[in-house]
Amino acid sequence: MAALTREETEALIAEVLEVYPDKAKKDRAKHLAVNDQSIEQSKKCITSNRKSLPGVMTVRGCAYAGSRGVVWGPIKDMIHISHGPVGCGQYSRAGRRNYYVGTTGVDTFAEMNFTSDFQEKDIVFGGDKKLSKLITEIERLFPLHKGVSVQSECPIGLIGDDIEAVSKKSAAEIGKTVVPVRCEGFRGVSQSLGHHIANDAIRDWVFDGKKEVRAFEATPYDVAIIGDYNIGGDAWSSRILLEEMGLRVIAQWSGDGTLAEMENTPKARLNLLHCYRSMNYISRHMEEKYGIPWMEYNFFGPTKIEESLRKIAAFFDESIQQKTEQVIEKYKAEYAAVVAKYKPRLQGKRVMLYIGGLRPRHVIGAYEDLGMEVVGTGYEFAHNDDYDRTIKEMGNATLLYDDVTGYEFEEFVKKVKPDLIGSGIKEKYIFQKMGIPFRQMHSWDYSGPYHGYDGFAIFARDMDMTLNNPCWNKMQAPWLKKAESSATEAVQAAA
Amino acid sequence: MANIMIRRDDKGELSFYLPKRDLEDRIVSIEFDQADKWGGELKLNNGGAYYVEPLSAPPKLPISLRAKRLDGAE
Repeated sequence: MAALTREETEALIAEVLEVYPDKAKKDRAKHLAVNDQSIEQSKKCITSNRKSLPGVMTVRGCAYAGSRGVVWGPIKDMIHISHGPVGCGQYSRAGRRNYYVGTTGVDTFAEMNFTSDFQEKDIVFGGDKKLSKLITEIERLFPLHKGVSVQSECPIGLIGDDIEAVSKKSAAEIGKTVVPVRCEGFRGVSQSLGHHIANDAIRDWVFDGKKEVRAFEATPYDVAIIGDYNIGGDAWSSRILLEEMGLRVIAQWSGDGTLAEMENTPKARLNLLHCYRSMNYISRHMEEKYGIPWMEYNFFGPTKIEESLRKIAAFFDESIQQKTEQVIEKYKAEYAAVVAKYKPRLQGKRVMLYIGGLRPRHVIGAYEDLGMEVVGTGYEFAHNDDYDRTIKEMGNATLLYDDVTGYEFEEFVKKVKPDLIGSGIKEKYIFQKMGIPFRQMHSWDYSGPYHGYDGFAIFARDMDMTLNNPCWNKMQAPWLKKAESSATEAVQAAA
Repeated sequence: MANIMIRRDDKGELSFYLPKRDLEDRIVSIEFDQADKWGGELKLNNGGAYYVEPLSAPPKLPISLRAKRLDGAE
């Protein structure tokens, strides 16, 4: 099917909106748009970061998910207490594939679930005593942990427990960092506010609350990777590129990251920001307080990697810039082979994306390197500045959807008929049952890494594996197929 | 009054950031930009305008300041 024109896309949006009551229609219309590259400011065409409409299906998370799951969760040598009822922590436990090195349960704890398991009596009488007892127990059972963070769930905010006071008291008792995070799920419209709250907690309790100054030998080439969550090993495949450039990576926030790395970050020369949406707050703070510049980079697909590597190198002296050119040269043959192998198989295929806060724009380059075209993209929890950055990446007259509802997404897919959809687990089986190839772009569908040159090879293979899978011709049951194919079978038998 | 942060973006232009609302925008004009006076009314690209108390010298950027909203765009 040929690409839709602007009028057709506008008509499609109007058609999809038709089923809503007037008020809902008016609200949702602001979140759906046709991309126009000539627009400088996204807010002229799309509204974002607003409360989801009650009654429609949204795939957003909550502030607790943004803090416990995204920002704090991957700090591996700290214990993150899900303070409140047991479910929030248990159902989200270890689902995010933040890879790390270490012995789980001894010196690393990222996959484990610690909870204060609130009962009715804790709601009635308050849970402060329980929390303080819990931290004491943690210290006894897991003496190698480096700190504790208290991630509050909804009831904590509702009953008004003073987790800050407990944290201060317990920190003095165990002699380690204890960070209270006020990330009750009902705060904010999506996980985005949870990221912000978590960033502020790092600022207030990790940077400002630091007691002793650890000996640290700085070099002029120290950089920190911020906001790379090491999904399937992403941060590792990024790190080797930076190290080959001659830079020293002193911290990995927050995939395979530690508390000590976080504390050392103010000594870096440059903060490299991968997930802009979840970690820009702390980078801005470090720029102001410690004078560390930051830049957003993109390690998806060779074109963007090359661009980003050069941009990073521009912050440093000529020896680094020279090495960067060598790195780019070194991998040229490797990725050229990947492109040569997969491009013919994927050329011209059309993709629709609906992901969280950075990938809807970052992966576009990687698809384009494989000759594929992104015909629709959308964010769960982006803000206007994300859409500002997206408009330039997307083609004209493509679809943009913010906080898309289950119904809208299905209808868009039925009309646009993409060859591949990249989204999350909640969408996966709906679209697979509709007969459309699907990749999870949150967890890389249990594959990865996708960052860096090494990751690009895996990315290309996975896309090919999904798109050209023979199962997509078998969508119809054999007994239903028979009538049309019996004629061809007869011809074959005769031959 | 709101806390805001002013920094230079990668093009070297002044950029305005309001953490509370996650509003980031380019500053199109600044009332006073002299050696002995810096600040005043800031006009944003989105049409909004904020006022910061003029400082006695151009500050080292980025800087966090208190600002008064004169005309919000949103």
